[in-house]
Amino acid sequence: MTIKIKKQPSGESLRAAVEQLAGVDLSTCYQCKKCSIGCPVAGLVASPPSEIIRRLQLGAGDELLQTDLIWTCLSCDTCYARCPNEINFAGIIDALRAVSLEKGVARPQGNPPLFNRRFLDTVKSYGRAYDLQMLAAYKLGTGKFTADMEKLPAMLKKGKMAVLPPSGADKNKVKRIFAATKPKGKSK
Amino acid sequence: MKYAYYPGCSAHSTARDMHESCLAVAKALGIQLEEIKGWTCCGSSAAHQTDRTLAASLAAANLVLAKEMGGDMVVNCAACYNRSKSANYEVTHSPAMREKVAAALGQSYDGSVAVRHFAEVLAQDVGPAKLKKAVKKSLNGLKVACYYGCYLLRPPEVTGFDDPENPTLLENLMAAAGGESVDWPGKVDCCGGALILTRTDVAVARSAAIIEMAQSAGADCIVTACPMCQTSLDLRQQDMKKMIGKTYNMPALYITQLLGLSLGIPPKDLGCQRLMVTPEKVFQTLKV
Repeated sequence: MTIKIKKQPSGESLRAAVEQLAGVDLSTCYQCKKCSIGCPVAGLVASPPSEIIRRLQLGAGDELLQTDLIWTCLSCDTCYARCPNEINFAGIIDALRAVSLEKGVARPQGNPPLFNRRFLDTVKSYGRAYDLQMLAAYKLGTGKFTADMEKLPAMLKKGKMAVLPPSGADKNKVKRIFAATKPKGKSK
Repeated sequence: MKYAYYPGCSAHSTARDMHESCLAVAKALGIQLEEIKGWTCCGSSAAHQTDRTLAASLAAANLVLAKEMGGDMVVNCAACYNRSKSANYEVTHSPAMREKVAAALGQSYDGSVAVRHFAEVLAQDVGPAKLKKAVKKSLNGLKVACYYGCYLLRPPEVTGFDDPENPTLLENLMAAAGGESVDWPGKVDCCGGALILTRTDVAVARSAAIIEMAQSAGADCIVTACPMCQTSLDLRQQDMKKMIGKTYNMPALYITQLLGLSLGIPPKDLGCQRLMVTPEKVFQTLKV
């Protein structure tokens, strides 16, 4: 298959940023494609893992941040576990996520960045995750109000969804960590 | 046997049965689990998808508390286990990350606390021989599909749980209780749990594929050691009917629930009433 890329000035810097953030050396990939063969979502995305690496090697620029694997990746680590050259591809995806959040280009289907922010919001408030608030806030943000609602009564009845917020955590410790790391991604 | 115990956030919400069955089995086997006071969220997938230092620091905060208690930290949620082991890996392999984590926590952490999944404690510290002696009701050849998923196994150099392609730790536990583990190709596959709320279509298709494989192998039930997997396989069977037109009735239990039943612990003490798919065949076999 022929891969066409738009060579951009941002290409070199994207590759360098990914290599630095993920701690990988992309030049060691020789396209054996074991990562793509084992990837559970390879068939659903525009470019499977090995192709993302190739595009980075060839100097793809910021248009790569729009590729759908970035937010469809399950972080299952099958790619990394099977890579003969120990390239941490799941780490590359996390690096691309971080760069996307930094540049504010992430608007993927299902909006996982929004989910992550709402999840971390509850951790910041209570020191622990609070599912019910996280769900409500995520639904407010996406407008997907009806999805999964039919399961809630049974979950509440069976005690599989806490109603009250969590208590007992060292909240100050968590606040300190968030303040020190200042994770990217707008809070809207 | 005494350990620092990290329950994880799901222990009080979507995975109360994971927590209850862990505590009940520990009690029955004389394993002391002392809950870490003031423990906080490990950061889960939301943190590592956002920022590497945030992820390592959130998980390391609990490891610091465990270190003060001494001994190993036992985790029963596979996701928390993975994040905690990743934090250990990060600070031991990168001096720069160790510094960043220390700055975020306000204290240094050297990555020295051994993180153990409760299944590892059962398989390695208690051991099959002692477990076999404690069994009051044999699983009597019940056909079990042991399902590992991702977080216990990968990356192997981080978790070191078992062989990443053909693990057998859970099968050994089932054998000690008289269960017959089926040979099936799905045990290290991903359930899709990370996208369960954002891309439910992707996640449900993954989970359905796993149930399909377990069913084809003749399994009476699936056992897991991960709350994401358990929820995907149990609660989401309703969605499989809706989204891909397949009706399943495959129980998916925590391994501590099934082991607990064989240790003679009442189903209620193991949170079995919280399962969405009632494990009828399991109850019949064990006469509970």
